[in-house]
Amino acid sequence: MLQAVGLSGATWLTPFADLLAVDAERPNRRGKSVILLWLAGAPSQLETFDPHPGSPISYGTKSIKTANPEVELASTLEQTAEVMNDVSLIRSAVSREGDHQRAIYNIKTGYRPIPALSHPSIGAVITHELPNPKIEIPTHVSILPSQFPSRGGYLGAQYDAFQIGNPTEPLQDMQAKTSDVRANQRLKSLSVVEKAFSQGRYTKLDAEKTLHVATVEKARRMMTSEQLKAFDVSDEPADVRAAYGETPFGRGCLAARRLVEAGVRCVEVTLGGWDTHVNNHELQAGRVAILDPAFATLIKDLKQRDLLDQTVVLCGGEFGRTPKLNGLDGRDHWPHGFSLALAGGGIQGGRVVGKTDPSGEKQEPERPVPVADIHATIQTVLGIDPEYEVMTPANRPLALSEGNLIRELL
Amino acid sequence: MPITPPPLPDESGSAQPGRWRSNLGFLVLIVLGVVVMLGTIWEPRTVQPPESFDPQSRGDASIQATAGKVDQAIAQTWATAEVEPVSRADDLAIVRRLSLGLIGTIPSFEEIRAIEAVPESRRIDWWLAHLFEDPRYGDYVAERFARAYVGTDAGPLLVYRRRRMVNWLAEEFRANRPYDELVRSLIAAEGVWTSNPAANFLTRTIENGNKDKGPDEVELAARMTRAFLGVRIDCMQCHDDKLGDRWKQADFHQLAAFFAQAENGLTGIRDNQKVSYSYRYRGSREEAPVSAVVPFQPEIFPEEGALRERLAIWTTHPENKAFARTTVNRVWAILFGKALVEPVDDIPLDGELPDALDLLADDLIANQFDLQRLIRVIASTEAYQLDSRSEDPKLEDVWASYPLTRLRPEQVAQSVIQASSLTTINREAHIIQRMKRFGETNDFVKRYGDLGEEEFLDQGGTIPQRLLLMNGKLLDERTEDNIVMNAATRIGALAGSDQKAVETAYLSIFTRRPTSEELTHFVGTLRDKKSKARNNAMQDLFWALMNATEFSWNH
Repeated sequence: MLQAVGLSGATWLTPFADLLAVDAERPNRRGKSVILLWLAGAPSQLETFDPHPGSPISYGTKSIKTANPEVELASTLEQTAEVMNDVSLIRSAVSREGDHQRAIYNIKTGYRPIPALSHPSIGAVITHELPNPKIEIPTHVSILPSQFPSRGGYLGAQYDAFQIGNPTEPLQDMQAKTSDVRANQRLKSLSVVEKAFSQGRYTKLDAEKTLHVATVEKARRMMTSEQLKAFDVSDEPADVRAAYGETPFGRGCLAARRLVEAGVRCVEVTLGGWDTHVNNHELQAGRVAILDPAFATLIKDLKQRDLLDQTVVLCGGEFGRTPKLNGLDGRDHWPHGFSLALAGGGIQGGRVVGKTDPSGEKQEPERPVPVADIHATIQTVLGIDPEYEVMTPANRPLALSEGNLIRELL
Repeated sequence: MPITPPPLPDESGSAQPGRWRSNLGFLVLIVLGVVVMLGTIWEPRTVQPPESFDPQSRGDASIQATAGKVDQAIAQTWATAEVEPVSRADDLAIVRRLSLGLIGTIPSFEEIRAIEAVPESRRIDWWLAHLFEDPRYGDYVAERFARAYVGTDAGPLLVYRRRRMVNWLAEEFRANRPYDELVRSLIAAEGVWTSNPAANFLTRTIENGNKDKGPDEVELAARMTRAFLGVRIDCMQCHDDKLGDRWKQADFHQLAAFFAQAENGLTGIRDNQKVSYSYRYRGSREEAPVSAVVPFQPEIFPEEGALRERLAIWTTHPENKAFARTTVNRVWAILFGKALVEPVDDIPLDGELPDALDLLADDLIANQFDLQRLIRVIASTEAYQLDSRSEDPKLEDVWASYPLTRLRPEQVAQSVIQASSLTTINREAHIIQRMKRFGETNDFVKRYGDLGEEEFLDQGGTIPQRLLLMNGKLLDERTEDNIVMNAATRIGALAGSDQKAVETAYLSIFTRRPTSEELTHFVGTLRDKKSKARNNAMQDLFWALMNATEFSWNH
């Protein structure tokens, strides 16, 4: 369009037009995305984003200064400390779910689990609300999924996350098991069989109901798509891979960036092992050593590629951990004031929401943030109206989120 | 020991001649090996007629009578909607539906041969009798019902054994124990979850890692109303009914109060009468004690007995229509893939309901909650036996055509496995075959994606599902060149002609014969192909059929 009016490359473009020009030159950027760094098992807020050094509940955990003079992190998050002007923290998330499975459902969907309805996870909502017709690979991806990967819920199984393992290994079931000649013969035979099935049935059966032939077609397009390369981090430069960390999670974060670049709407990357009922400090430190370079490099990398404005990054787990150590030097489940980190996609960087009691005596944090508010806020910055009601299979309309905006982050 | 492969339509043509006659000793060894394997995997046998089938009888007249009334009621809705039903489906199509619904897989080639030898007018009766005697009937229907009772998750550690509960349910369904009795033993269950499997209905709701807290009365109230009364009042946990004034928050908590005394101790689930339930209702400031009160029909609530026993009797009381209707609706959904009233567990208590639902519920009550009879009645209705082919998508909404529904993952997996074997893979099959089936099915279901409790949701297929069938391990291994294990190779080698090979494959996979166009096409792909090329062509044929809509959708 810019070319049509002869403005391409003009030096007198206003900043706004400049932005348009950049967009026009970047065919892959078709709107916003979310990357969810899922810390399965629940990290300790005290050993990550909400340290209370010197307090009895720190049990020796120290803090470090960060790029943001008003924020300190646990001393093990050295690299993340450098990006704290781009990252904001919620230190007062609260939920009523202390069981892993229920809490995971709660955080991923923004709703508490009920038997009557299965809610879609955040990635399903986004892929449903922001379709990307040009993409040939799934737009909702879960890398290294844990026991409870993100689901499409009432939106349908086609919104379930597409699950992949370690991003250096080939994708499962993506290669035909035969030669091209036989593969073509098979498809020819399949069309003969499909024709017999469609005899006497209404013509839009596939388009409006079964989606079968259409999905076979999509699967075939995916099998040969150039975009599949986005999954494969092996052609990234060695120094980039090293910066993310040569761990499955680090490679997952790098793949997440590549996928978002290709137009994927939501990528979830899971790092497990945070459920430290025993020997909390040592085990948390081991996990942080993997998280820190991956998270920090992801933020820097997205920013450097002008993708951070388009991409919400959310990092956290299903709840936090108790202020007091138990008898085995572990911390137990604590849904009463735990931390999540948020960045990009229109979320203001460098903010801190809420405060927990340094003595660990008071359960309720200052400015408690219900889980649903995080969903409403992310949806809003992505341009999705959280109050928009979807008709559920129980024939009851339900808002995408019942939360309120976290204004401090906008 | 003779090699006795299952009968094929025409065995005049035989296997390809061996080229290694020079090495006779080697050949003998190979033959012996094959004989041993075939002997263990396919012991020669024929499908026995079901014991409970009486060839002299003309079928149960009272079943026909109820089915006739249901037909009239449904015909009335056709007249109102001004539609004409499609024609009746083929027997084999009906047989396939019944197998998928009641044993979770398709009929085997040998079973199809047996059913075709039965006089046409008795085929459906014969087939139902055959299925009810198949141990897979109990296993499969138990799994479907268990989803409503306890969901599909692994649940809390140590105090919950889902597998044990499903095995027990399977025995109950096989024995055709009256369904009201079965449900009473769930609601009123006491004891340890291992020795009394019904107790798992309660222990399922114990919070993981917190076994001293006992079962969760709120979750139990929600589950029990949905599974047994077809009422979704979960939302009333937190507020009064927003879509009418039928339900109050108190209704829910007064039901929950029935389960509040259930505790989990050394002797398992026991009621502790000292415990009382209290709750802080919306709008009030303090928790108040809540007594156990049933939400409707108080006149049939027994005055004496333990709390949960009284609730169990009230729930399954012959005058509590909601229970019978809910049971009918679920059995209908299992047979049709779609509930008569949707969603399957949300049936208005006093709204307008299809006459067919009440006719079937009344028949169920009058016949002591005999589930197998209910299945026979539904299978005998005109609606059940209609074709799924229709040019008007709205016909299936009023049961004027058989609804097209997506098969569940275990149905797809087990159908792949069954179609790849000419003999039936039931309890009589070799243990290796059965164990292989178990492992393969679990693996497939995990990757295909299970809808869990929401198994009757109307959803289209997904890309990973298609990739799994197009390129996945199960289908490839079950159809690859393997004369001992796989039907594809065996049919190609042993069916007397290309035409017979295609027909046998169609019967094994689609439970029907090919159309003339399909026959011409596939005979063309086999023509003059020998050995490896022929086995590949047979595998390609299997691949095409198993990747078709017809294979993944119940029709």
